[in-house]
Amino acid sequence: MSERVKFFPGREIRSRSIDEVLASEYAADLKYSWASGAAMSRFLIELKNGRIIARKCNKCKRILLPPRIFCEDCFRETDGWFYVKDTGTVNTYSISYVAADASRLKEPLFVAVINIEGATEGMGFLHLLGEVSEKELKVGMRVGAVWKPEAERIGSILDIRYFKPI
Amino acid sequence: MPKQDVAIVGIGASRFDSITAGLSYKELMFEAAIRAYADAGIDVRYDVGSFICCAEDFWEGNSISDEYMPDQIGAKLRPLFTVSGDGLLGLAHAYMHVMAGVSDLVVVESHSKLSDVASKEKIEELGYDPTFARLPGIDPRYLAGLEMRRYMEESGSTHEDCAAVAVKNKRNALKNPRGVYAESLALGDVLDSEEIASPLTKGEMSQPADGSIVVAVASAKKARKLSDKPVWLSGISWFSDAPNVEEMDLGQALYASNSSRKAYSMAGITKPATQFDFAEIDDTYAYKELQHIESLGLAKRAGKFVSSGRANPDGAMPVNVSGGSLGTGHLVEASALARVYEAVLQLRGEAGPMQISSHKKCVVQSWRGIPTQSGVTAVLSSR
Amino acid sequence: MMVRKVCVIGAGLTLFRRRMLETGKELSFEACRMALDSAGIQRKEVDSVVMGSAPDAFDGVHMKGEYLLDGAGGYKRPYSRVYVGGATGVYVPVSAWWHVASGMSDVCLAVAEEKMSPLQPHPQYAFWSIFDHHMERPLGVTLLWIFALEMRRYMAVHGIKEEEIAQVSVKNKHNAIDHPCAQLPAEITVEDVMKSEPMVWPVKRLDVSPPSDGAGAVILCSEEFAKKMTKEPIYVAGCGWNIDSTYWTNRDLYYPQYLENAAKMAYKQAGIANPRKEIDVAEVYDPFDYKELHHMEGLQLAKKGEAPKLTTAGVTQRNGELPINPSGGLLGVGNPIAAAGMMKVCEIYFQLTHQAGKRQVKKEVHTGLAQAWGDLMQYSSVFVMRRR
Repeated sequence: MSERVKFFPGREIRSRSIDEVLASEYAADLKYSWASGAAMSRFLIELKNGRIIARKCNKCKRILLPPRIFCEDCFRETDGWFYVKDTGTVNTYSISYVAADASRLKEPLFVAVINIEGATEGMGFLHLLGEVSEKELKVGMRVGAVWKPEAERIGSILDIRYFKPI
Repeated sequence: MPKQDVAIVGIGASRFDSITAGLSYKELMFEAAIRAYADAGIDVRYDVGSFICCAEDFWEGNSISDEYMPDQIGAKLRPLFTVSGDGLLGLAHAYMHVMAGVSDLVVVESHSKLSDVASKEKIEELGYDPTFARLPGIDPRYLAGLEMRRYMEESGSTHEDCAAVAVKNKRNALKNPRGVYAESLALGDVLDSEEIASPLTKGEMSQPADGSIVVAVASAKKARKLSDKPVWLSGISWFSDAPNVEEMDLGQALYASNSSRKAYSMAGITKPATQFDFAEIDDTYAYKELQHIESLGLAKRAGKFVSSGRANPDGAMPVNVSGGSLGTGHLVEASALARVYEAVLQLRGEAGPMQISSHKKCVVQSWRGIPTQSGVTAVLSSR
Repeated sequence: MMVRKVCVIGAGLTLFRRRMLETGKELSFEACRMALDSAGIQRKEVDSVVMGSAPDAFDGVHMKGEYLLDGAGGYKRPYSRVYVGGATGVYVPVSAWWHVASGMSDVCLAVAEEKMSPLQPHPQYAFWSIFDHHMERPLGVTLLWIFALEMRRYMAVHGIKEEEIAQVSVKNKHNAIDHPCAQLPAEITVEDVMKSEPMVWPVKRLDVSPPSDGAGAVILCSEEFAKKMTKEPIYVAGCGWNIDSTYWTNRDLYYPQYLENAAKMAYKQAGIANPRKEIDVAEVYDPFDYKELHHMEGLQLAKKGEAPKLTTAGVTQRNGELPINPSGGLLGVGNPIAAAGMMKVCEIYFQLTHQAGKRQVKKEVHTGLAQAWGDLMQYSSVFVMRRR
């Protein structure tokens, strides 16, 4: 068999001709208010209190963070609440020079997955790093939460400002 | 003898309610899943070889919403996929998974968390073609109004007949623990309710509810091992008609007539009006139930059929004994799976105060809602 | 139970570009028409249609599958849209496979489309809404963050250098020069990649594939039907798919376990015991250069941490012992999400039927594999095809 396919369809619009093409505009106006649910509600309330809480599964003995009312491995309800520390180690990190809409940031953000101490090994969440220079960043570094003052906390992941080296 | 290749061996439903603020959608799904697996007598982490979820991004409020499905239904590190369709379409894929040898035990899940959605009509508006049919400022249910008028014109069903569907289904729901919108109404209450898209009134429209349903489907061999009451999926087919408002045949539900033709032929159904004991079908809007009764071949003059009581639980062909979406709430993509859930209870003889006396074979049917002409028909039987 | 054998008999692909004049429906139509033409059949012979497209947010259309229906050939047909994020493109033919294997259809049209350009100000914006409402969205998270985090973890665990990873981008953009649909073919060097502007370190501009518009389609059918159409049908040998936990911050990102599971599912069906020896050519999902390496390892085509070494040794070049992404991949041809995976399936079909022209790999090919990846770094789909 030889090459049968010769023509590939499609017409490109180049940047310079974009205004010559007809388009209709529409701005979607969508609103949601997601129920946080049993597990995340308690987690957020505890953030407001300046603490991090996890759920434990008595079958596999894991301390689950972020907390959930189900254990996805054992497929059963988790058994109770468990306070973990607000310190941890950097599992991996990156340095963001761009915002969500792909525009450039003035100051880069340090982003990390942080394994939280007290939770089962490898359990953690995404957050920002602060009070640290680019050169100091490394996988495995110990960090601790820098909390907002109590009066400013609202029950959000942003109640932790960032994590800093300790 | 109809096909007995694939059977439903377990069903589970979460609580149904207009608002389930205490639970996240994940927790709602977990509630349904736990119950379905207990009903089937299976250990989901060892026994299930394929999982299917049925969802749409904008209802979830998450892009790539399929990524949030696995953990709470036991599908971590398992084959799972999401179909952008209703729960009955998920069941059709499960049927194919069993027949193609993907797995002898497949789980289908669908849910609604409409109480999380603060702009339901805006999402419905987004369903229309952005260039030709999206009419900002006009209630997006306009198409239902157009369709209802055309249907009444062609069929001879009256507005009173349509309202009678709402009265029947909301009354049926009084006996259903999931009857979120159960009510005892008179025709006048429905006809005099607020007009949303003339001639369609609010009383003829199903109202949003939250809920999750999980269904476990197995091969014949596995089903006989697991269950002494397997419900056979003896025919299933799906069909899409025109996607553009301008081309739609608004008088009839061609997706229902076309999908039922193939489903019936798989199941050996030649006379739907007499071979089924009951029907659980789409009633997103009251007129839709009438249109579907006709397109599925259950009755020629659906208006008279319902108004005369023949679709009542004690009638010749009970339709939506459960209360349908009008009585139990509209669960978006999960509405179809709710119909399956109720049908399975009837077929097993476990429908409690709703139980009807003849309950061996039924038709279950879905429609994806405005502005689509897509739907699925399935034939279920207890033997 | 005797499962029917399934064949691939045609493929179609549009140009991949940053912006296309065609709407999503029109792109789908072009790909479908080309696939039907290449199979030598008409739409009336198609029993069912499977469509694939990633987030509705790109188009701003709810129930996008229903909207694309007529362009995708689904009018008055059993039609469904399957959805597994970035892995959708390879999943569409997998779904078409079970339509035919189950006996429900004799001929199934599989089409994947993506039109990312309608979303303003930038297609990337759609990806913000893929993240968790409570844990991640408040942080201003982007898709690039999590890939950079995965890349960094992969590098840290195995001690891999950025330069080693950059070789993938160099190879794929070079391969794309011979692809008639390619958006970003180029002759570049490792140094060019290293010097390109940092986006989210370690990810730099030239480590990343571009946003694109495009569509692709393939025709699947029963063996009986295929034998009527062609003397040399291409068989579907194996299909696999798998999802990992949504809690991606609870997983070690250095290795894609879900892909290993998906690959093993496909290999089992295909009777492949030693994939490294039995797979002749592979189209591995490469939205970022490190992903090609990561996925080679998950696919068992390289040992853990070995993929960069194979790349350095030239094994994965078009004339190498195990050609990877001879098409030019997403890095070179472009990344219209769902259509990109379909482009890979088309490429394996072209390779197995010797229609790849200048892209044809040097070695004799019998078995080829296409793979895609998606969701929160948790999903993979695998499609293995074989020439008898």
